[in-house]
Amino acid sequence: VKVAVLKGGSSLERGVSLRSAARVEDALGELGHEPIGIDVGPDLVSTLRAERPDVVFIALHGPGGEDGTVQELLEILDLPYTGPGVAACALCINKVAAKHEMRAAALPTPDWAAFNATAFRELGAGDTLDEIEDRLGFPLVVKPASQGSSLGVEFASRREEVPEALVAAFSYDDRVLLERYVKGRELAVSMLDGEPLPVVEAIPREEDFFNFEARYEIGRTTYVCPAELGDEQTRQVQELAGGTYETLGCSGFARVDLMLGDRGPEVLEVNAIPGLTDTSLFPMAAEAAGIDFTQLVERILASARERPASEATLPA
Amino acid sequence: VDQVGFRQHVRLMSNPHERDKASPRADQPVRRRRAHATSRDLERYASLFARRTQVMRSSAMRDLMAITARPEVISLAGGLPDTSTFPSDSFAAQMTRIAHESSAQALQYGPTEGFEETKACILEVMAAEGMSPDPDDLIVTSGGQQAIDLITKTLVDPGDPVICEAPTYPGAVPTFCSYEADVHQVSTDDDGMRTCELEELLAGLATAGRRPKFIYSVPSFQNPAGVTLSEQRRRRLVELAREHEVLIVEDNPYGLLRYDGELQPTLYSLDGGDYVLYLGTLSKILSPGIRIGWVAAPPPVLEKIGLGKQAADLCTSTLSQYFVREYFGEGRWREYIEDLVEIYRSRRDAMLDALERYFPEQADWTRPEGGLFLWATLPDYIDTTDLLAKALRENVAFVPGRAAYVDGRGAASMRLNFSASGEEVLREGIRRIGHVVSEQMALYETITGEHRISPEPEDDAPGGDVVPLPRRE
Repeated sequence: VKVAVLKGGSSLERGVSLRSAARVEDALGELGHEPIGIDVGPDLVSTLRAERPDVVFIALHGPGGEDGTVQELLEILDLPYTGPGVAACALCINKVAAKHEMRAAALPTPDWAAFNATAFRELGAGDTLDEIEDRLGFPLVVKPASQGSSLGVEFASRREEVPEALVAAFSYDDRVLLERYVKGRELAVSMLDGEPLPVVEAIPREEDFFNFEARYEIGRTTYVCPAELGDEQTRQVQELAGGTYETLGCSGFARVDLMLGDRGPEVLEVNAIPGLTDTSLFPMAAEAAGIDFTQLVERILASARERPASEATLPA
Repeated sequence: VDQVGFRQHVRLMSNPHERDKASPRADQPVRRRRAHATSRDLERYASLFARRTQVMRSSAMRDLMAITARPEVISLAGGLPDTSTFPSDSFAAQMTRIAHESSAQALQYGPTEGFEETKACILEVMAAEGMSPDPDDLIVTSGGQQAIDLITKTLVDPGDPVICEAPTYPGAVPTFCSYEADVHQVSTDDDGMRTCELEELLAGLATAGRRPKFIYSVPSFQNPAGVTLSEQRRRRLVELAREHEVLIVEDNPYGLLRYDGELQPTLYSLDGGDYVLYLGTLSKILSPGIRIGWVAAPPPVLEKIGLGKQAADLCTSTLSQYFVREYFGEGRWREYIEDLVEIYRSRRDAMLDALERYFPEQADWTRPEGGLFLWATLPDYIDTTDLLAKALRENVAFVPGRAAYVDGRGAASMRLNFSASGEEVLREGIRRIGHVVSEQMALYETITGEHRISPEPEDDAPGGDVVPLPRRE
């Protein structure tokens, strides 16, 4: 099978994407397929037309690849692709829209307020910060609405730190959210074909707690999989992850990030296209379930090819 | 030597997935990559890593920098000299002569300290800045970066204090950290390192019973700040080193790239080479690709550096040294530098003009008399690491200031390179950065309610949706 592996692009997660794709291409080779790596750029459509792949493996992260744009193009070109469809991607990449969906479905997610830059520039949104801060309390988390990784995520522990954190987050996106900080355990549930894989817990070293960069380095964050949770808690966390996956309309795979605090598990976000690098959580969870990387790629590929045409969600 | 931009370049070049796929030749082995490590493997490796790797950090910035290599991005982030002006015909002739006349030797190992002929070329370069060391005091290294590494390896035990400028050369930080040095940074102004602050630091360390091993300085057209140490401070720095019996590591990659102002004596010439270890390189006046640098040091120190060099790589590239000999033999190396000076001077001026025009009034920047970089500082509520993300969306890049500090300072500053791009490109790059800076400043002001700005755009505003800010005219 001829598989186009879409990678790179101009998103800030280009580096992660290239690492994910390199692994995927190797696995596809081992499976006897014919992988064609395509660094996504202005010639994407013409390259796809020339190569005529049987299926497209999307190993892109962040805006462009993970937000439904590329998926939309592939549907127009009538090419089957891996991972969630257009609508689910568009929802997952936008943390604000995703949180509204979760709230509507009574899925627990930390309270938040979201603004775009225009609200501050033209509508005086800055004057509401006092109320927001009172409602969410300190510390609070400020993050760009649409970045997949931890880029631009800031903690503000005092009132004075909020404007700076907002400006930083607005560097990554025109829309940001302020979110109640959940003290607790950091969990990730990867979903494969609608089924939850074992839960991964990320335990940052004490001094790196507020340093998100540490999350990406071996030795600075310890990952435990399966996470040490009781059966009941595991079931509860996986159920919540599954509910979120369904609610956002995901298919194929996705990774649901949660916090387990005083109020029980709460969902932070869903990654429509989780990383597939050596240190990524999705392959780690698969491995814990006895699915090695090559098998994982095979399953993902199979789910792409099985996608019924009716699932293509071309908006009117 | 500049690593930040360069490293990215190398990383991408060496990644086979980034290269155009060449058609496989019959005699070429099929490239087969080893199976990827599982997470359990990684944990196992992690337990084997030396303690010092804990302080050898990668960063989110590195991922951001991966994007700067894309062709549509104007990168003011690198530190690359412009090698496009080097005449390819003479390069071909020089290499041909080597192949014909010295093939066997050029392909052979060489002495650890370097060839006498290479040292003769180095002496010419040093003489151009008023220095005349004994050739036996020289060792040829694989670029200036290896010189920094060897010196640190020779002098620093874990926890030993090392003093450098604030900001300092970003490529020196990982070197100091990998030997677990306790890095202290002395702030700089337009006249370079503040020697009064250095004096206090030295006194403080002495009181605490701690002796710094060396003071690392780039006194001329400093990387990243672009400032030059004044003569008075040069003399004071050398005095302080003698008083405290501390070595100075003088890193002088750009000394001959002076565009205006007066030639300053090197620390090495002021001191006579007793307490100053001098680092030179051909990277910026000939080519960074040949990896030729050197150290001039007192014999006892040089001997240890030589042992370290032997352990590291036995000798500096013989082929490169033959090339250097050929090149200097033609006697036109000074003219080539003069050409570079002309080109870089115009580029510096273009960048300074663009900064005046496109950067907001609240920003400040240095006005270098030479070198490759200048340093711009924004209001302290702007973090340039975050700003880089926004800048990349406008297809422009710079080095965030944090890279030049060990302690998280420098967040509001950025390093801008003017040697690697033409004048029009530089102007456009600065315009784009100015645009994102102005946007973020306007946003901050509306968030804090410092003063409301009317959303009415000015005619000459650089973009449609920019909130106009006062500009220097």
